[in-house]
Amino acid sequence: MSAAWLHLPILQVVLPLFGAIAAAFLKRSASAFALALVVSWLMPVIAGALLWQVLTGGPVSYHLGGWEPPWGIEYRVDLLNAFVLLLISAIGAVIMPAARRSIDLEIEADRQPRFYCMFLLCLTGLLGIAITGDAFNAFVFLEISSLSTYVLIALGPDRRALLAAYRYLIVGTIGATFYVIGVGLLYLVTGTLNMADLAVRIGPAWEAQSRAIIAALGFITVGVGLKLALFPLHAWLPNAYTYAPSWVTVFLSASATKVAIYLLVRFYFSVFGSAVDLDLLPVATFIVALSVAAMFLASISAVFEPNLKRMLAYSSVAQIGYITLGIGLQNQAGVTGGLVHIVNHGMMKAALFLAAGAVLLRVRTVRIAELAGIGRKMPWTMAAFSVAGLGLIGTPGTTGFVSKWYLVLGAIERGWWPLAFLIVASSVIALVYVGRFLEIAWMREPAEGLAEAADPPGSVLLPLLILAAATIYFGLDTALTAGIAGQAAQSLLGGMR
Amino acid sequence: MSVELTPGLILILGALPVPLLWGRVRSIYLLALPVLAFALMLDTPNGVFGQLELFGLQLTTARVDGLSRFFGYAFVVAALLGAIYALHLKDTVQHVAGLVYAGSALGAVFAGDLLTLFLFWELISLASVFLIWASRTPQAYRAGMRYLVVQIGSGLLLLLGLLLHFHETGSLAFGHIGLESPGGVLIFFAFGIKCAFPLLHNWLQDAYPEGTVTGTVLLSAFTTKVAVYALARGYAGTELLVPIGAVMTAFPIFYAVIENDLRRVLAYSLNNQLGFMVVGIGIGTELAMNGAVAHAFADIVFKALLFMAMGAVLFRVGTVKGSELGGLYKSMPWTTGFCIVGAASISAFPLFSGFVTKSMVMSAAMEQDRFWVWIVLLFASAGVFHHAGIKIPYFAFFGHDSGKRCREAPLNMLIAMGLAAALCIGIGSLPEFFYALLPFQSEYHPYSPDHVTAQVQLLFWSALAFAILMRTGIYPPELLSTNLDFDWFYRRLGRSAAGAVGRFAARIWQAFAGAAAAQTSRIVEKLGSHYGSGGIPARMTQTSSMVFWTTVLLAAYLLLSYF
Repeated sequence: MSAAWLHLPILQVVLPLFGAIAAAFLKRSASAFALALVVSWLMPVIAGALLWQVLTGGPVSYHLGGWEPPWGIEYRVDLLNAFVLLLISAIGAVIMPAARRSIDLEIEADRQPRFYCMFLLCLTGLLGIAITGDAFNAFVFLEISSLSTYVLIALGPDRRALLAAYRYLIVGTIGATFYVIGVGLLYLVTGTLNMADLAVRIGPAWEAQSRAIIAALGFITVGVGLKLALFPLHAWLPNAYTYAPSWVTVFLSASATKVAIYLLVRFYFSVFGSAVDLDLLPVATFIVALSVAAMFLASISAVFEPNLKRMLAYSSVAQIGYITLGIGLQNQAGVTGGLVHIVNHGMMKAALFLAAGAVLLRVRTVRIAELAGIGRKMPWTMAAFSVAGLGLIGTPGTTGFVSKWYLVLGAIERGWWPLAFLIVASSVIALVYVGRFLEIAWMREPAEGLAEAADPPGSVLLPLLILAAATIYFGLDTALTAGIAGQAAQSLLGGMR
Repeated sequence: MSVELTPGLILILGALPVPLLWGRVRSIYLLALPVLAFALMLDTPNGVFGQLELFGLQLTTARVDGLSRFFGYAFVVAALLGAIYALHLKDTVQHVAGLVYAGSALGAVFAGDLLTLFLFWELISLASVFLIWASRTPQAYRAGMRYLVVQIGSGLLLLLGLLLHFHETGSLAFGHIGLESPGGVLIFFAFGIKCAFPLLHNWLQDAYPEGTVTGTVLLSAFTTKVAVYALARGYAGTELLVPIGAVMTAFPIFYAVIENDLRRVLAYSLNNQLGFMVVGIGIGTELAMNGAVAHAFADIVFKALLFMAMGAVLFRVGTVKGSELGGLYKSMPWTTGFCIVGAASISAFPLFSGFVTKSMVMSAAMEQDRFWVWIVLLFASAGVFHHAGIKIPYFAFFGHDSGKRCREAPLNMLIAMGLAAALCIGIGSLPEFFYALLPFQSEYHPYSPDHVTAQVQLLFWSALAFAILMRTGIYPPELLSTNLDFDWFYRRLGRSAAGAVGRFAARIWQAFAGAAAAQTSRIVEKLGSHYGSGGIPARMTQTSSMVFWTTVLLAAYLLLSYF
């Protein structure tokens, strides 16, 4: 027991990795599903234990193979990444039971074990990015998660999934390349790849090598920005989310972009922020401007979008804008708002995409026009959708409101009142695209194609209801979300110059 | 028994089991909820309840004092009348929405802090829009959407204002706010939108006439009165409110006179009645405040009564267009009678409720020597009599006989109207009991000889004017027409302007981005073209443009950093 307790950081990554390898050899999809289920349910246990360790004993440092950092690879868990690890693993665990039915519909039986293999590999990569304290190791995990994501998207039943995956591959590769160029520049300047060590060494190198360091920050920001779908680098996302298998979209929307955001936060605050006075560089203004553009333009695209899944995808781009906005604000309330929205948006969007997947499961279409009156036929599904949709708008009593509260407070603290106004104004657009669908779903007479529709089986419905309930629960009790996000923000900002 | 969180919660949580009930059980349940909330309020002493903490903020979900209690009673009465009126209805959505709506209105008036107020402010909007959408027509959908955007917009202004207020004062308590700080100004605008201040008013005439027969009755009672309460709480004695209110009483008159849709006429007259309350709050003396809140109570009852009467007509005949109605008194004698009681109340006939409440505001204006305000209010009173007191009953039930014959309204509607009518007469005839409930200390006697004679003269001359205008054919005939109000500017002009700007921007955009993207990477495009053929829609986002943007961003960042 005590041995496992000490080795939790590596178990977090190695378990899904071994699971992926094992799944590749399995013939029957049922056993592969069982394996994935067990692994994904173990993950939040480990992540929870790690968070407990951090809360009680401060940051955890794990040296791979016993090599001392900065020469060896270090896994370093502090409040921020324990928080992200728990989010990703918990959402993966909650939605895993729904995978079976959803995947049965969209992927042939003989390819299913390989699907679970790819999912576990993707989980490995995402958890790895979040846990590692080594900049190059993060690149490796980034590639692991990206490559498996391309495969997962390409497994979508529609032929357009192939093209969407291919385009994501091109863009994602450019993003990863940019990231590795940035890391390479830093290595040239400092001679280290360990993030904590980088933070120490960038400061002294600034005098002589400021141009290289600025360029490194630029490459890393743009490269990671591609992965997290920072506007206008978001163009890969809508189609990838629309044509991927429904369940894959649920998982990716709650995890992939969130981990990329984590990586940006880590570099921005822990590495560069603690070494250089970031106020000298335009990067915060840059991020805030792009975030505001995302909040408005992507939301407007969502309003005019006829496909439910793509509408939600555009909404994701807009919501990511809120997160990056909070990060760009660089003050306690703002960063808290950004970090807490990582979790809040993860929950809400997973619920929404899961509901869309349930609709697809039952009526084989997600064209909004064909879903008139779906609320009467699938009342529980649509009730959960409505709750999560209200969260997107930021209705009080839901998690979305908590995020908005902190973001607006952050903007006011900064003295940027017009920005505070823009934040609340943009939620009116969310109101329009959510309200548009709710009216169609609840107030119309059921369309002809929906005669057979009914709520999905329990394995899909239960995760959906859990996520919707979490949207409300964490809107009222914020100790676990905003509480930890606030502490994480405090330590991030406290370390800045 | 006492309040744990807020009396509104009984109705909001009580709405949850409604879909599971049916038949008589459901009817009894729907009536029991408002009665229960009323009993709870009677049983609760003044004080603060429901102190709780929400993400580090201290909240007071229920503050019971004279002012909130008075509005609480008014809202429970409205909820009960609305429930009786809607008993025949099988539409679960409307029952649930109605209960949540009434409950959140109650929650808002008992809110002891701004965040709780905001919470219920938003819930009011979200619940009430379903009463409009439940008409299930395309117009109702669009009007509902506009209503929702305006209402949520008001909520967001409130949120922004309360955050600024919180940032400034460190407190969320909902007491007097005033216009001194930027936060106070934003909150004022938020209240003003919901209270339908001039130029912010169009959502009301736009949305209410599209609501369902039963939904509009509730709509007329809650949304705007919550705003009146909030103004009374936060901005009593704010001088700016006097001119705003005076304009509100006067300008809707002209629109009401030429409007053909009788429910829209009522919506305009709602606007005009709100003006009296706003003026009262602006004057801010105890008599004026009492007048404002008393008039809010009276207006809730008589406006609900008038909307119920018009709703009954719509329910039976299928239209409330003045041009298509007339002579209905033969078919609907009871409805006609109740409508006349409502019309008499809104026109402030002695012995009816409007008389004993509106005169308080006018007396308060007189006491302070605000002559011009008084004159405007006087003109508005005459105008009300014109369009609401005479026009509504005359065109619907008398006038030229349209030949339409229908059955009398259903029994539950008649009972609801009967109760409302009884209240109107009761308040007007025995005002002492009603005055005893008022939150502020002030002595007032409405039935002094000069009051009565002045009002009767006013009504007489106004009636004479209507008669002469009708006889001579000068009175604007009831025509099928669309009247342009201020919302034309943002609905039509705004849309075409936005369209023109958008097209212009799009053209430049295409020229710029298209050329640049094409130049940057021909190779990628060539690869893409293989996939572009074969039925895959070309509208999918091009890889080249993504690469283009990546380059632009990096270049822009580096340029900004280096120079």
